Amino acid sequence: MVTKLVVENLKHRPLRTLLTVLAIGLQVTLVLTIVGLSRGLIEASQTRTRGVGADILIRPPGTAVIGMSGAPMSEKFVPFIEKQPHVALAQGIVVHGIGGLESITGIDIDRFDKMSGGLDYRRGGPFKSPDDILIDENFAQQRKLKVGDTVELANHNWTVRGIVGPGKLSKAFVEKKILQDLTSNNDKITMIYVKVDDPRNLGAALANLKKVLPDYQIYSMDEFLSLITPDNVPGLNAFIMTVVGLAVVFGFLVVFLAMYTAVLERTREIGILKALGASPGYIIGMLMRETFILALIGCILGIGLSYVARWAIISLVPASLPVISVPDWWWRAGPISLSGAMLGAIYPGTKAARQDTIEALAYE
Amino acid sequence: MSDTIISARELRKTYHVGDVDVHALRGVDLDVRRGEFLAIVGHSGSGKSTLFNVIGGLTPPTAGHITIDGKDLRQMSESDRTDLRKQSIGFVFQKYNLLPTLTAHDNIALARSMVGKSLHLDQDQQFQEVLTLLGIAHRLHHKPRALSGGEQQRVAIARAVVNQPAILLADEPTGNLDTENSERVLTLLRDLNERLGQTIIMITHNPEAAAFGHRTARMKDGSILSAATPH
Repeated sequence: MVTKLVVENLKHRPLRTLLTVLAIGLQVTLVLTIVGLSRGLIEASQTRTRGVGADILIRPPGTAVIGMSGAPMSEKFVPFIEKQPHVALAQGIVVHGIGGLESITGIDIDRFDKMSGGLDYRRGGPFKSPDDILIDENFAQQRKLKVGDTVELANHNWTVRGIVGPGKLSKAFVEKKILQDLTSNNDKITMIYVKVDDPRNLGAALANLKKVLPDYQIYSMDEFLSLITPDNVPGLNAFIMTVVGLAVVFGFLVVFLAMYTAVLERTREIGILKALGASPGYIIGMLMRETFILALIGCILGIGLSYVARWAIISLVPASLPVISVPDWWWRAGPISLSGAMLGAIYPGTKAARQDTIEALAYE
Repeated sequence: MSDTIISARELRKTYHVGDVDVHALRGVDLDVRRGEFLAIVGHSGSGKSTLFNVIGGLTPPTAGHITIDGKDLRQMSESDRTDLRKQSIGFVFQKYNLLPTLTAHDNIALARSMVGKSLHLDQDQQFQEVLTLLGIAHRLHHKPRALSGGEQQRVAIARAVVNQPAILLADEPTGNLDTENSERVLTLLRDLNERLGQTIIMITHNPEAAAFGHRTARMKDGSILSAATPH
């Protein structure tokens, strides 16, 4: 009977019910989208790194695992490394940030093709002139670019020469020499990818490189990929926790306000229930049950909305924000929102339970 | 089982309104017999509603003694008084006080669920007869806003008696009704009193309504003015 009373109460004020559910749903969506986004960025980064086809990565000392740009290494390292035992091929690349999480990458196309197996051209083809740029499909979709268009990046006008499939090193490629000139990094590179002559020689090649370049960060690709995690992205976990915290506070405030208003509005009804013999526990239980139903529907709605948000983000900015769905976080975002909502209902529930029956019955 | 179901001696109730003490009951002595239909009359501010609230366990007395069905109300905790309302007392209010979100059926079933009884009113033959007597059996699936004042009050009476409480307290039950509906409700209360043997205490300011009871007690300035007089 209490459940029926709760459901009828929720139906009695459909707009307030809808807004409360929507507010709880949006906080669930927010948490799921932020987590999906952070994971999507990590996954995309892993996929692109794996797509290079290298076995070893060499980076300058003291650089972050993710988000590195600039060119602090001398290009002379590349021939030196190629002379080392078991090294079949080495290529230096230049990464230049163009704002936000975006960057363009300078490559030696012949070496890149040899190491990665070549770019997957969907439209157009490889570089023909120094100002050519190759972009992946997501980048092209986001910026509405097609082959032959001009795009300004890093204060330079580039001509889109080819559109390639995503998942290999970068979203935008230019010739390394041109990017070095443009960024005043002549003969400098950001990092070096190395291919060994035989996978069985990876350990030996790795050991030798660490020996000849003792101060450099040298990883096997498996090791490097395992480092691309939220823990290694400066501030990412703190950011996610902040968003989760804000979601809890938001849920708390929304439910607090909704239930507080409901209690005020239902003062007389609470008085009637108490006159009929409802205990304080009955009243609190009723309001908690109401909150639980609101939060549960809100959570389900929030999960649904997270897919809508994902679709919208992927449609609008597929290159910048590769958000993925995170079903394993449903069981975290749900209880988090539920906790915030239940906390928000405690004070209004207690206030209702403590209401003087006679005053409540006289309430107009 | 004692013949007296309610016994009050030197019953006092004082409300603190800001810095002022309002003595709503100033030493009420009252005995109500089991199965009696007692009308309490008095002008506004005479203390009759406060007496209603104290007898109903809605508020504790400040001083004096009162026993309801043998239980000392002054010794009762808030929780005990909640149980008393649930088990032994049915309320009928002037403004009906039905829950607007529930149908008439569910308003009655809610009171039943409070004491853990089955929600299926149709399985209770005796209660079906009460519903027929009240003339609301065909209106049970309507919400209060779809019912007339008289119908709402009859639903409220049904809710008050559904658990067969020992005492039915009615506070100005005809205060919001026209003459025809008032008479119908009062007749029903008397019929229920006769059929179910329930003790009824009815607060009213209307002498004609009071005449439906077995006897009338008059209140003034927080006291029973005259000994209850039989009709």
